[in-house]
Amino acid sequence: MHWINATAIFIMIGSGWKIYNDDILFSFLRFPDAIVIGKWAQYGLQWHFFGMWIFVLNGIAYLCYGIVSGRFWQKLFPISPREVFVTVGEALRFRLRHDDLTHYNAVQKALYLGVMAVGVLIVISGLALWKPVQFSELANLFGSFQNIRLVHFLCMTAIVAFIVVHVTLALLVPQSLLAMLTGGPPIDNARDAAPSAAAPIVPEIKPIPEIPTVPNIETSH
Amino acid sequence: MTIRPRTPSLFRPRKPIDQGVLTENRKLIDDINRRGLLRGAVSLGALTILTGCDVSEVDSVQKALRAVSSWNDGVQNAIFRANHLAPTFSPSRVMKPPRFNAYYPIEDVKPVYGATWTLELGGRIEDKRPWRAQQLYALPEQEIIIRHVCVEGWDYIGQWSGPNLRDFLQRVGADLTAKYVYFICADDYTESVDMPTALHPQTILATKYAGEVIGDPFGYPLRLRTSTKLGYKNAKWIKAIEVSNDFRETYWSERGFNWYAGI
Repeated sequence: MHWINATAIFIMIGSGWKIYNDDILFSFLRFPDAIVIGKWAQYGLQWHFFGMWIFVLNGIAYLCYGIVSGRFWQKLFPISPREVFVTVGEALRFRLRHDDLTHYNAVQKALYLGVMAVGVLIVISGLALWKPVQFSELANLFGSFQNIRLVHFLCMTAIVAFIVVHVTLALLVPQSLLAMLTGGPPIDNARDAAPSAAAPIVPEIKPIPEIPTVPNIETSH
Repeated sequence: MTIRPRTPSLFRPRKPIDQGVLTENRKLIDDINRRGLLRGAVSLGALTILTGCDVSEVDSVQKALRAVSSWNDGVQNAIFRANHLAPTFSPSRVMKPPRFNAYYPIEDVKPVYGATWTLELGGRIEDKRPWRAQQLYALPEQEIIIRHVCVEGWDYIGQWSGPNLRDFLQRVGADLTAKYVYFICADDYTESVDMPTALHPQTILATKYAGEVIGDPFGYPLRLRTSTKLGYKNAKWIKAIEVSNDFRETYWSERGFNWYAGI
């Protein structure tokens, strides 16, 4: 589901930028032709109205699975604002750990929940943008047609910002990529019972001895 | 705290992944620094540049994309609410003059000479006698103040009036069970709408804008104005109307834009 979503998001953002260029919202922003999908406006539109099906159907399947299986509840809750602040502080000092791939830290929880909410809002605003007359009750909630475009655009911006952070961090913790392909390791229920006691969010940092530039692979086998 | 029973993914391996690799590479992970972040960001940027080439024009890709576009025509037809009215606005919000849209710039508009102009009728219509401008302008008028939405993303509020299309089609004995209504324009533009749209209460053959005869760039002497379609579906400088059951591509649909183009 993740990779189907990644493909759909890639299509939606690239073609969305092409569509945006036809009537820009901000005078300082026009996306370069090299990074948009579709040479002509109609191609951008064709991709957008093709990608929307993948994004929406996959998204619905994902949300249903997450809710029915209890996965969201298990992995994303509880979430405390205090933990979020602590984790943000650690991240800014480059002291963040990702020792156990099955446990999300507070910032991860907040970001994943946030990006899901944005994903839902981008679909709702997209629907209002596509059908402002058929779904005029929905479209009216946004005030004006240009407001719908603005909300749709800002959701895109939030998703792009999320992707930049998400991809950067995933590349920094390569093991997570393997987990994304295989479904990840089983979740240890014992730790779920008392996450704060059993797994301190930020383990104490021990002084690090001499760091070899390349880790000695031989000794690890 | 009670934990819900675990329902693992089908794709999840039975054995836990060895997290030893994290311990072994602890030093490397600890060594992650700003430089690494920067390097990652740069390679991410490089990846996006690779998308510069356009596969949309490849025949098979274009065929698939157009198939999805046709499928979307059907979806839009299915969700169309025949008697649902588009929002209307007060005259104070009307933009004067309206915004121009066509497949060429406003300077290239070739005005239609109203005195000799006639509206031809064809296809599944009983009374095919052509109409002159003064006959059409004498028909009862309906006024609608509606939003014009362009496929490019801009919009404005316009005040249009003229004969209701459903009334006109009934008057000339058109087959209202046919599928499509075609519009052939003086500038060789062609457009068509599905019958439910043609019969929608807010679909008119506009002859006036903001109470005055439409200006040349906006479709004088006769244009279509419907509240349920994107701007380009609203044919201007109409010179013939045809009712038909056969689907033919129109100016923009031939060029890859969505045919139904409902809003």
